[in-house]
Amino acid sequence: MTTLPLEPVPAPAEDLPGPQEPTWKNRAGVNVGDRVYYVLLTVLALALPGLLLVLLALLVRSSWPSIQRFGLHFLWGSDWDPVAGTFGAAPMIFGTLASSLLALVIAVPLSLGVAIYLTEFAPKWLRQPVAFVVEMLAAIPSVVYGLWGIFVLIPFLRNYVVPPLRAVLGWTPLFRGVFYGSSLLAAGIILAIMIVPYIAAVSREVLLAVPSAQREAALGMGATRWEAVWTAVLPYGRPGVIGATILGLGRALGETMAVTMVIGNRHDIGVSVLAPAYTMAAAIANEFSEATTNLYLSALFEVGLVLFAITVVVNAFARLLIWRVAKGTAAGSRAL
Amino acid sequence: MNLRQIRRHFVSGLMTGVVALLSALACLALFLILANLVIKGASSLDLNFFIKDPVPAGQTGGGVANAIVGTLIIVGLAALVGLPVGIGAGLYLAEYGNGRLGWVVRFVADVLNGTPSIVIGVFAWTWLVKPMGHFSALAGGVALAVLMVPMIARTTEEMVRLVPHSLREAALALGYPRWRTSLSIVARTALAGIVTGCLVGIARIAGETAPLLFTALGNLNFSTSVLEPMQTLSLQIFSYATGPFEEWHRLAWAAALVLMGLVLVLGAAARIAMRQRQ
Repeated sequence: MTTLPLEPVPAPAEDLPGPQEPTWKNRAGVNVGDRVYYVLLTVLALALPGLLLVLLALLVRSSWPSIQRFGLHFLWGSDWDPVAGTFGAAPMIFGTLASSLLALVIAVPLSLGVAIYLTEFAPKWLRQPVAFVVEMLAAIPSVVYGLWGIFVLIPFLRNYVVPPLRAVLGWTPLFRGVFYGSSLLAAGIILAIMIVPYIAAVSREVLLAVPSAQREAALGMGATRWEAVWTAVLPYGRPGVIGATILGLGRALGETMAVTMVIGNRHDIGVSVLAPAYTMAAAIANEFSEATTNLYLSALFEVGLVLFAITVVVNAFARLLIWRVAKGTAAGSRAL
Repeated sequence: MNLRQIRRHFVSGLMTGVVALLSALACLALFLILANLVIKGASSLDLNFFIKDPVPAGQTGGGVANAIVGTLIIVGLAALVGLPVGIGAGLYLAEYGNGRLGWVVRFVADVLNGTPSIVIGVFAWTWLVKPMGHFSALAGGVALAVLMVPMIARTTEEMVRLVPHSLREAALALGYPRWRTSLSIVARTALAGIVTGCLVGIARIAGETAPLLFTALGNLNFSTSVLEPMQTLSLQIFSYATGPFEEWHRLAWAAALVLMGLVLVLGAAARIAMRQRQ
């Protein structure tokens, strides 16, 4: 009598040696041309770490007076008084985070919708054009977004969006106060439009990388198409989608021109999205050339340093998440 | 079908509609921006706009010839500095990049890619403008190059890695030295992809403003000297859009339309180059 093999069939070894990379390094000395080529490329490649080191060194050195003077208080203090020589960056840090989070609140559903539609529902002939149009949003220069924000978006908000919004939600602290036009809300919406192409593109790659067995299993069990997406596809791609979101956050945090033009540039911490605010990038853009004292300049450098540190951490985290899901596809690097 | 099933299918249909609607909304945003650019900008595009320099505030007329030429010069400078370094670093990553140094370079490229452009601007000011003692187009070009190098390096690497190993092995077997294999076989095969990456990179820096604020600074007059401040379209749009005059706003829209056109032409060129590859 034959027995069914109870042991699992050994899976084919996954790490079959692929075509071996030629070990050029070992033989770099064989040919003079080869050696020159290797050295030349290495020097060019070393330019990148070199640049980063110089950048870091210059930023730290230039902001040193401010770091020494204010210490950690720089991050909590909310006084920004160039005349008195006290600098606290809390309002800008708050404004940067608030505008970026607001942008995420708007952009994540939008870009997730785009990604889901493009991978799961859209007819074949429509996928490429829609993906192209959404990607085009990333090609528009930041300063053009700002221009559009000032002359189209803000008047539109003032006339058609804010009055009804205030009529319904005016009692919450989020929508209190006078609406001048330049505001956290305007900045958030502009930022949202700017980061949609990034989040949508990476999310789409991530959803495409979800094995179709995942989909088929759900559909085979009688799930509707939406249920298959919601219960089988999205959970599988969740880390990647979160990664895409954080990537968008990284973009939004460092965005300068468009935000500078529509956020109102006021050193203030308030919860109302209708009020003007300030961001770190906008502060540097506005005040750098006006900084009259060394301490003032140094404080602005420290703002730049903080911004740099935040974006590095955020981007590294995003990459880690995307890389975990979309291993094998070039999702991470292509969209960046 | 019982009630529950009807509800489930209704929800499925509804959500299909919702995601389709969200996609339409994203497309609408692009359409609205481009439509506004054309509507508000096209009427100001006459010959004077392209051949005249700005006139003093308050007067009408004038153009942005200085900004158009300045944009081309600064972007050209950035490409001149950035492309060789970027492509070289990309080739390194693809050819020798499996060791520890390769990992470091790749990581640093990704970090620099995510660095806010305003930080690059501040860095370029400290690095170049301060020691030189004055603002200059050169500093602006280098700032843009810093922005471009990591982008180019990563796309070049990706494109070169797509070249099949058999090609390289064939060349080596024929007795080509490694550097010739790398340049005239591997890089040559990936050329269309590399060109695409470069064009995309140039398109992205052409519209940058933040790194130029404290480097190229802007200039009201026509200037082709790279050691002096220089105007670019993006700087011009920024100062005109935030200024008080109607006339300026009109010119800002027109300049934005021209800048957008430049970026789109570069993007289209990149697409054509990509098609050659396939």
